[in-house]
Amino acid sequence: MAETILPFERSIYDLIEAAGRAETVEERAALLKQSEAERLRVYANLTPWERVQLARHPRRPRMLDYTNRILEDFIELHGDRVIGDDPAMVCGIGRFRGRTIFIAGQQKGVSTEEKVSRNFGMAHPWGYRKAQRVFRLAERLGHPVVTFVDTPAAHPGIEAEQRGQGFAIAESLRLCADLRVPILAVVLSEGGSGGALAIAFADRVCMFQYAVYMICPPERCAEILWRDVEKKELAAAALKVTAQDLMDLGAIDAILPEPPGGAQYDPAGAAEVLASEIDRFLEACRQGAYSVEKRREKFRRIGHWLEESL
Amino acid sequence: MGFLKRKRNGLDAPGIPDGLWMKCAACQQTVYRPEVEENMHVCPACGHHYRIGSRQRLELLMDPGSFQETGTNLKTVDPLGFRVGEETYMDRLERAREESGLRDALLTGFAAIEGFRIAVGVMESAFIMASMGSVLGEKFCRLVRDAIREKVPLVVFAASGGARMQEGILALMQMAKTADAVREINDAGLPYISVLTDPTSGGVLASFAGLGDIILAEPGAYIGFAGTRLIEGALKVKLPEGFQRAEYQFENGFIDQIVKRTEMRPFLARLLRCLSPQSARAALSSKEADAASDAPPGADTE
Ligand SMILES: [Zn+2]
Repeated sequence: MAETILPFERSIYDLIEAAGRAETVEERAALLKQSEAERLRVYANLTPWERVQLARHPRRPRMLDYTNRILEDFIELHGDRVIGDDPAMVCGIGRFRGRTIFIAGQQKGVSTEEKVSRNFGMAHPWGYRKAQRVFRLAERLGHPVVTFVDTPAAHPGIEAEQRGQGFAIAESLRLCADLRVPILAVVLSEGGSGGALAIAFADRVCMFQYAVYMICPPERCAEILWRDVEKKELAAAALKVTAQDLMDLGAIDAILPEPPGGAQYDPAGAAEVLASEIDRFLEACRQGAYSVEKRREKFRRIGHWLEESL
Repeated sequence: MGFLKRKRNGLDAPGIPDGLWMKCAACQQTVYRPEVEENMHVCPACGHHYRIGSRQRLELLMDPGSFQETGTNLKTVDPLGFRVGEETYMDRLERAREESGLRDALLTGFAAIEGFRIAVGVMESAFIMASMGSVLGEKFCRLVRDAIREKVPLVVFAASGGARMQEGILALMQMAKTADAVREINDAGLPYISVLTDPTSGGVLASFAGLGDIILAEPGAYIGFAGTRLIEGALKVKLPEGFQRAEYQFENGFIDQIVKRTEMRPFLARLLRCLSPQSARAALSSKEADAASDAPPGADTE
C-alpha cells in the first residue's frame, strides 16, 4: 500500500527521504534521529484541523484490526432480520480473556475494495437495526456490550431516507437508554454526528488520543456557518473536536493514549491499550460500577445552560 | 414569499393597498392575504402550509388562554466560545431572540385542546432554524417530567434544522438525553404525540421527534435525516420531486397520519379522547368507567 503522507507530516518524511539518500551510515543515523525528533515536535503541536485529517488517516487501525488482535474468538452476526445486512456495521459475539462480550461497530475498510463494499463505515438504517438486535440479545443473555465508533456519518442517501435513517438512530438511542447490561463505547478514529452517537450512548465512553468526535464534519460546518467550505480549519477549531476538548466538556469519560503520530505507527501497542481498557471495564462491571440509571443520569447532565431564579 | 402587484386574473384591483394580495410560494397563484391568515396560514388555492411561529401555533390550536409557559428560567450560554467572523454565538442568540421573541427554540408548558389537558412543546423555526442545543434538550427533558408529574399526555410540534453547531458535541449529546426522556414517558405509560412540521430533520428527527407513540405530520412538511442538498452532493444525483416530504415518509411507513393544520385541533382532541390516561384505566376497571365518559378529563376534577 502506498504511504499516505498528510501535509503536516511532510517535514518528517523529508528527513526520512534524506536519510535514504545519505552517503554515510553516520549521516543516515543522524537524519533518522532528526526525523524522530521532528515527528515528536509535529505531533505535539497539531491544530484541530490537522487532528481531523489524522483521525481520517487511511492507515489508522480499523475495528477489525483491533478485534483480530484482542479477541480470542469472534463470531460475526449478520442481518437486521428485515431488510438485509449492512457491511458498514459489524456486529457479533467475541471472547475476550475468557469472557463473552457483544460487539458492534463501524468498519471503514482498509483496501479500496473493502472501503467501497463497507461504504466507508457509513451505516444504513438496517445497520443500526442490526446493532439494536445484537444489543437486545446481549441484554437477554446477560453479556456486556462493547462498541467501536469509526464513521464520518450515518449514510446520507435515498434508500437510507426511505428506510428511516433518522428513526433508526432515534430507536438506537432509546434502546441504549434502557439496556440492562453495561456498554463500553470506544471512538477509534472519527466519530461523526448521530451516526456515531447511535452506538455510543454508553456507561463509559472513551476516545483514542488522536480521534475526533464531532457534531458534523468541519467542512459542512464551514459551508453552513461561514458559507465557505475553505473555512474548514476555523470550523474544526471552533467545534472543539479533540479528545481533550470532549473531556473538558464532560462529553467523554477517558482518553486512550497513542504513540506520537498515532495508532497507525504501532497498531499492536494501540490494541494493547484498548485491551487494558476493556479489561478494566469488565472488572468494573463485576464490581457493579455501572447501572442503567447511572448511564441515564450521566447523559442527562451533559450540556451547559444557566438557570435563573424566577 | 413574494408580494404581487395589485393584479389578479389579469384584473386590476384598485384601492387595495400593497400587501393585501400575495403570490403563493407554492402554486404561484395570487391570493388574498387575510384569507390565507384566516385559513391558519394555509394557501386556500393549493393547501400549501406556510411556516408559522410557535406562539401563533399555540394560539391556533390550543384552547384560548389555556397555555401556561414553563422553563422560562433556562438561559442559553456559549460553552465553546463559538464565533463566526465578528459574530459571537451570544450575538447570534441575541439576533435570534429579536427575530423570534423567544429565548431559545423550544416553547414548553401546559395547555388544553378542547378541554383535554396536555404538556405541550412547540419548536420555533425562526430561532436558528430551531436547532437543538443544551437548553432545548434540557427543556424537553423537563417537559417530559412535567407531563409525568401531572399525568397528562405530551404533544410536541417538531421543526428543526438539526443539532445546533454552535454548541458542538454538547448539542449532539442532547439527542441521547432527549431519547432517554422519551423512554421515561414511555415507562410512565403516558402517550406522546409527535407532530412533524416543516422542516423536521437531522438530530431532532433522529431523537425525540422520531420517537412519538403517534407520529403526525403537516402536509408537504420536509421530513428527513440528511438534508436534500447533502444527499445530492454526496450522490451527484438530482433527487425526485417530493423526496423527503411528509407524503413520501407516510408512504415509507414512518407517519401515522398526515393532518391538515385546519383539521389538527379536532384531530388531536379525538386522539386525546382515545388516549387519555383516564380512558385507559376505564377500559380495565369498571370502577373508573363511569368517571371516564367522553367528557374531557378536566371536567370532573375542576
Ligand atoms: Zn398556493
